[in-house]
Amino acid sequence: MSIIEIKNLAKSFGGLSAVLNFNFRLDENELVGLIGPNGAGKTTVFNLITGVYKPDQGSIIFDGEEIVGRPPYNICARGIARTFQNIRLFNDLSVLDNVKIAAHKDVSYGLLSTIFRAPAFFRGEKQIEQESLKYLEIFKLADKKDELARNLPYGEQRRLEIARALATGPKLLILDEPAAGMNPQETKDLMNLIEWIRSDFNLTILLIEHDMSLVMGVCERIYVLDYGQIIAHGKPEEIRNNKQVIQAYLGEEVE
Amino acid sequence: MPLPLLKEVAIMLEFSQQLINGLSLGAIYALIALGYTMVYGIILLINFAHGDIMMVGAFVGFYSITLLGSNIVAAMIFAMIACAILGVVIEKIAYRPLRNSTRIAALITAIGMSLFLEYATIFLLGPQQKVFPQSAFPLQQYEIMGLLITNKDIFIIVSAVVLMIILQFIIKQTKTGKAMRAVSVDREAAVLMGISVDKTISITFAIGSALAAAAGVMIGVYYNTVNPLMGIIPGLKAFVAAVLGGIGLIPGAMVGGFVLGILETFVSGYGSSLYRDAVAFGVLILILLIKPTGLLGKNTGEKV
Amino acid sequence: MQEKKRNWLSFGGEVLILAAIFTIVQYAITAGLLNQYYQINLASMVINIILAVSLNLINGFTGQLSLGHAGFMAVGAYASVIMTNMLGYPFIAGLLMACLAAALAGFIIGVPTLRLKGDYLAIATLAFGEVIRVVLQNIDAVNGPAGIVGISRLTTWPWLFGAMLLTILVVVNLVNSSYGRAIISVREDEIASELMGINTTSYKVLAFVFGAMFAGLAGALYAHYFYIIKPETFNFLKSFDILVMVVLGGLGSTTGAVIAAMFITVLTAVLQSFPAIRMILYALTLIIVMIYRPQGLMGNRELSRQTFGRIWGGRK
Repeated sequence: MSIIEIKNLAKSFGGLSAVLNFNFRLDENELVGLIGPNGAGKTTVFNLITGVYKPDQGSIIFDGEEIVGRPPYNICARGIARTFQNIRLFNDLSVLDNVKIAAHKDVSYGLLSTIFRAPAFFRGEKQIEQESLKYLEIFKLADKKDELARNLPYGEQRRLEIARALATGPKLLILDEPAAGMNPQETKDLMNLIEWIRSDFNLTILLIEHDMSLVMGVCERIYVLDYGQIIAHGKPEEIRNNKQVIQAYLGEEVE
Repeated sequence: MPLPLLKEVAIMLEFSQQLINGLSLGAIYALIALGYTMVYGIILLINFAHGDIMMVGAFVGFYSITLLGSNIVAAMIFAMIACAILGVVIEKIAYRPLRNSTRIAALITAIGMSLFLEYATIFLLGPQQKVFPQSAFPLQQYEIMGLLITNKDIFIIVSAVVLMIILQFIIKQTKTGKAMRAVSVDREAAVLMGISVDKTISITFAIGSALAAAAGVMIGVYYNTVNPLMGIIPGLKAFVAAVLGGIGLIPGAMVGGFVLGILETFVSGYGSSLYRDAVAFGVLILILLIKPTGLLGKNTGEKV
Repeated sequence: MQEKKRNWLSFGGEVLILAAIFTIVQYAITAGLLNQYYQINLASMVINIILAVSLNLINGFTGQLSLGHAGFMAVGAYASVIMTNMLGYPFIAGLLMACLAAALAGFIIGVPTLRLKGDYLAIATLAFGEVIRVVLQNIDAVNGPAGIVGISRLTTWPWLFGAMLLTILVVVNLVNSSYGRAIISVREDEIASELMGINTTSYKVLAFVFGAMFAGLAGALYAHYFYIIKPETFNFLKSFDILVMVVLGGLGSTTGAVIAAMFITVLTAVLQSFPAIRMILYALTLIIVMIYRPQGLMGNRELSRQTFGRIWGGRK
């Protein structure tokens, strides 16, 4: 059952083509990777899927409906959540508050309850607090819940970003270089975490990564992007030995 | 002469007269707008204090004429030098520390600097306006083909055009100009090319402020008075002109300045003078809502 | 249970303190202990507090620089006076109309302008503030530039106190909620906020409308205390006055806004005969705070129950 299907996606900036002829499909519960040299357009693809950019042409069907042209907050409400290449936490908010924001789109009380502090407000806040704490516990961040997000060490900031994305209750989770800046042990822990949340939360996961051990280790399928176009697609073993992929990463062969 | 023909000639004359008035006003707006646009182009800051730098220029020109007895051209040169220095100093103390802060922080500081210039002038020189003595520039009117042109109009338009030509030369033909363009486009790359960003930004402020000073002296000449708050409204209008033409683009400032000047003169001449000031605000709101990049601006999607 | 009991106790304590403040001041006024000068400054102080707290919601919590706040004050002032002086309705009706009119103005201006980024938004709000002023100057029905004189003195201490309390309560309650978190997330990182499911434009407009509404309330109170209103009263210099309070107090701290508003009111009174010096001090405040302590007095910390508990209870 396909959860997201992209056809003929294209986007250019000021005459420069960033993504072209992009065709892509994810089935439920898959764990798929998107790799390619720097500047290949991977984050642009993520931005197109999540609605940050509007494509020049093409269609993106998520969960049976066209999402091209919809605003990002609507796409999130439909079940796509993401993390960012350069961490984008709410720096001046606490760790707990960062996660609580993910719950806002489904908030159970209204403005009037807020202003007049009706019982619905207290009930709703308690619910949000409990849910958010649950996510922090999963990601082993509960003991730092009142810490300002900006004060966390780098690895924990990345975990917080994933926790926050997960707290929106998505069907599709998009991770943009989640292992960036991590040492081998942290990367291995991350691999286990990704596989665990995929099964426990019944997610489909798409990830961009440069760390090949992570990509080859967890991804069931891999798409390779170069200069905005897909140059290869298949299982990890196929990709590993693909000449075009190797050439894209290493440049022209020097004889 | 048959009556209908007289009427058409009268309309033509009226139109051309307004056009000349509009060109004078437009020249002044264009000069001030150039300063806004150059600074915005290079550090993405709306220099709120720019109109007040113009005011300081007007005052320097005033004292130059009344205390030193210099002629109008010398006064303008003094004003330009003084304001060039002022612009560089302001950039160094107030804007440079915030170069890596949010644009909002820099904007608030610019507001503070604007208020400071205005009220420091009031504090030191008093709030009343100062009037140029009659002898300063005797008004001379020339009649060409039925149109009235004063020597003030000629002075303003000619000086403005000369200054703009000089500016174009600096931007296009000198190393400094190339550096300014480079820093505007990509600051980090400019550094890697060995360009001193600090120096280039200082020069930009110097040139922009000098042009504003020239405009200030022209306004002083035009209205025969200077006062500490004279920079506010023209400053705002010149900013609108810069946005209208395309903020950050030098030709845009020139185009925007003349268009706004002519537009305002026509509205005031043919419509109601009460709404004269509203023209600028109206234009600003329309531009920001319809095409924020201005008349000459391009709509490039930004790559995040 | 203990926690709940403690909460009710401190809540009761807060109510008591507020009641005490209200009664003491009311008594001082009725007994004639406060002369005209002090009363005028007291009124100004409360009005400034309402203005600062409401602007802080927009500039501080939502992170959108609005430079036209005085325009909303004008809308509220004129709307209320039309209701009371011209149409003969009671004061409460004037106040309600002021809030409504200003909120509406906030919505009409907010929806198009809040799509703009940072400094463009700031300039647009400044322009709109001036447009409001120019429009009022050209409406003969309200006397244009001469303004309206002889407005009945309907603003009294109970009204002022009540309005101030209402403003602070609403803002604080709003900010300390999921909606408040959503608003703050817009300030922190608009793109991330949008991608977490928050319709950032809606929330910017929400904060803008609330902020405008309370500015309108302040305008109505102002009009019915100071007898006269003219379009010139509500120019961009007034907007800058309020900006100085918010910047000084700390963008994002309601407590800071209150404290700064009180301080600025006192400063204005002290420097009444030296307006140029006062403006120079404002100017230097903006410049120095932005360069050396951009978080202002309070940063985004607040004086809260927790803080008081810590001070009095000696707990950590």
